[in-house]
Amino acid sequence: MKIAIPADEKVLASEVCMSFGRAPYFYIYETTTKMGDFIENAAASSPGGAGVKAAQIVVDSHADILITPRCGENAAEVFKATKLEIYKSTLGSIQNNIDAYMDNKLAVLDQFHAGFHGVGGN
Amino acid sequence: MKLAVLSGKGGTGKTLVSVNLAAVAKNSVYVDCDVEEPNGHLFFKPVEIKKEKVSIKIPVVDEDLCLGCRKCVDFCKFNALAAIINKLIVFDDICHSCGGCIMLCPSHALTEMDKVIGEINSGISEKVKVISGILNTGEASGIPIIKELLSKISAEEKMTVIDCPPGSACIVMESIRDVDYCILVAEPTVFGLHNLALVYQLVKLFNKPHGVVINKWMAGENLIERFCSDNQITVLDKIPFESELGTINSDGEIAAKSEKYYGLFSELLKTVVKEVEHETVTHS
Ligand code: SF4
Ligand code: SF4
Repeated sequence: MKIAIPADEKVLASEVCMSFGRAPYFYIYETTTKMGDFIENAAASSPGGAGVKAAQIVVDSHADILITPRCGENAAEVFKATKLEIYKSTLGSIQNNIDAYMDNKLAVLDQFHAGFHGVGGN
Repeated sequence: MKLAVLSGKGGTGKTLVSVNLAAVAKNSVYVDCDVEEPNGHLFFKPVEIKKEKVSIKIPVVDEDLCLGCRKCVDFCKFNALAAIINKLIVFDDICHSCGGCIMLCPSHALTEMDKVIGEINSGISEKVKVISGILNTGEASGIPIIKELLSKISAEEKMTVIDCPPGSACIVMESIRDVDYCILVAEPTVFGLHNLALVYQLVKLFNKPHGVVINKWMAGENLIERFCSDNQITVLDKIPFESELGTINSDGEIAAKSEKYYGLFSELLKTVVKEVEHETVTHS
């Protein structure tokens, strides 16, 4: 099973990135092999719709689980079309959050924020 | 002549100024471009209302024709499309209706569909033509409505007052594109000054002739007056801070209909007209 986590830096000791769509990297961790990789989030620099594109990237990575502090409505809409489950990250590093998930200590994320697009009136 | 009334934030007297200017100009047009919160009509209470829907074009996919090639997804720079398990999802609230994806789809799986995002109401209030744009809640951009509003008045000869959306974003730029003069309304507080500085940047960027109206003015040291004199901005008028005016306004009445305030707003209009004429002379 694969877990995706937004990351500020390409190290496991890094904190989980506070933004999903704008995270510079995603850590993709395979639970069976206990190996993981950092992939770049090409959506991080896009002017709008970062959430949709980031969700596309996560889905394309074949992740089954997403651990994130927050997630927008549009990204949630993308995930709804898949079997992916979303969990809310806790304070601490990426490694801490993977451990917490494995110990069943993370709660399901079911609150999605409205888009920030339009604010500023593009 | 087209005048735009702007402010950095809602609730600073922008509608008060625009409504009353249009009212004293009599044979005039009032256009409410504050499409997220149009409230000028509450004062004018126009009759003979005509309603028109405003829609945008968004793509819809024919799943039987879609090859799942993702060309459209990669193309859309607004990221309004996602291809999930070979199913294309369109996010119409992010789509900017550029039509690009429809043109490039190799299997003609995408077609245009109209999506209503709001409406325009036009009516008459005594001699003032009142036109308001209304954006449906949840829609990302009111710009298509503003464009429609402005196209309605592009050939207008009468005095036209445009009540702009608050702030200094693209939608405001769209609203002031064709105007002859911008009136910036500000309140003499620290926030008011900050908001004024933002819209001032915008009108300077667009090289629009402009002046400031200070709302809720009180005698004494005044932040806005200092800012205006430092930047050589004309102060067009000072609307005094009076509870009577506040009451008239919160009752949804037009202040300029009372003798007391008629003078104030007709003087303001005269000053603005003089400014515009002066601009035309110096720029030609
Ligand atoms: S470009 Fe056309 S065929 Fe290709 S994914 Fe998009 S809709 Fe489907
Ligand atoms: S019309 Fe333009 S903005 Fe809308 S989905 Fe297609 S490519 Fe994206």
